[in-house]
Amino acid sequence: MAERGSNRSPETGAFFQRDRQWHPPAFTPNYKSSVLRSPQKALLSFDNTLSELTGPVFGHAMLGELDNDLIHNFAKAGESAIGERIIVHGRVLDERGSGVPGVLLEFWQANAGGRYRHKKDGYLAPLDPNFGGCGRTITGEDGSYAFRTVRPGPYPWPNGPNDWRPAHIHFSVFGHGFAQRLITQMYFEGDPLIWRCPIVGGISSKAAVEALIAALDMHSTIPMDALAYKFDIVLRGRRSTLFENRPEGN
Amino acid sequence: MAQSLDRLKERPSQTAGPYVHIGLTPNFCGIGGVYASDLGSAMLNGETKGDRIDLRIRVLDGTGTPLKDALIEIWQADANGLYNSPAEMRGAADPNFQGWGRQPTDMETGVCLFRTIKPGRVPFRDGRLMAPHFTLWIVARGINVGLHTRLYLSDEEKANAEDPILGRIEHRLRVPTLIAERQGDTYVFDVHLQGEKETVFFDS
Ligand SMILES: [Fe+2]
Repeated sequence: MAERGSNRSPETGAFFQRDRQWHPPAFTPNYKSSVLRSPQKALLSFDNTLSELTGPVFGHAMLGELDNDLIHNFAKAGESAIGERIIVHGRVLDERGSGVPGVLLEFWQANAGGRYRHKKDGYLAPLDPNFGGCGRTITGEDGSYAFRTVRPGPYPWPNGPNDWRPAHIHFSVFGHGFAQRLITQMYFEGDPLIWRCPIVGGISSKAAVEALIAALDMHSTIPMDALAYKFDIVLRGRRSTLFENRPEGN
Repeated sequence: MAQSLDRLKERPSQTAGPYVHIGLTPNFCGIGGVYASDLGSAMLNGETKGDRIDLRIRVLDGTGTPLKDALIEIWQADANGLYNSPAEMRGAADPNFQGWGRQPTDMETGVCLFRTIKPGRVPFRDGRLMAPHFTLWIVARGINVGLHTRLYLSDEEKANAEDPILGRIEHRLRVPTLIAERQGDTYVFDVHLQGEKETVFFDS
């Protein structure tokens, strides 16, 4: 059994059911790519088995020194990415409110002009030779994380004739069980494009959308250097195993 | 009014989008020098125990066209049926096998290839053995919530017949959507997002 750098005893309870009304449904026709890529039949529901309760472990040793610094991790020596310098920080929590340690977070984003370093992105905004757009980190004992980057620009995309994505950072999150696996996007407080976006619009609850909007956090800024945004990420919680239902005869 | 339960809500999922490679397989999409290699791209080393097999997977949309911008992750037990995870209480898994892999679908062909080992059998909640299987997690542009399913193996007929999860599929016609076809040491598997052969996806 792998160690996660924590002295807590491993948790083995099943995860709380995913609230499918809170997530966007698979079929969201205003986001056209979903039309032919959305399963139409009912999902097969079952309580977690070991295959969902377990999940891979990622150690801090895999991280490079600049993995959590997108301003510098692709830049030439002595140079840095162009754009509004920001710190994104927060905690990864479970639905019971406990910090989740040892969580691998990977993030990717467009540059300050709204352009991705990807051959499929043909937006006319220029690439920044000093910006790659990817980073990663692993949460500490209390579930906390932080990274530096530049604020990504909004960008137009081929969906409707004039659709724009709000400024956003993509997040990939591993919990302790593979059933907690989540990919989502972080938006920025005050961005008027959030409420016009067909991808965001797939989420029906206003409170659920607001759960993806990072708040400006003046207490965490670095004066004369970087603004800060706070973004907490909540993963599925685990049922307590104190009174587990045991099959007859066990 | 009763006391509050003080529960938080899971963050809603959002699509991984067309540029998922930048974040999860940067070397694959030409962003070199940030990470030494793409995480999860190599699952085996010389010491890993078990029978070497390949999984050749495609993801097809509602017209039957393979997705060329999808990303697949697999999670599996080691050759003895143990997971390399702190929640594995039955014993220590093979230290030379993490059990997790990640591959993008090829940008031209849509094919995704995993080089791995055949997993052992893992017990279900009641102690019955599940058939050897891989957990699959699929994300892409147009997929709002990552899709969870399993890949079982065509040459494990007896084990598949007694697998508790396969046994729960009401429409028996759909069971083969979860079974990869063995061709030599390669198992070939098409995930159908829609249509008559739509793969059984899970909510677990
Ligand atoms: Fe994006």
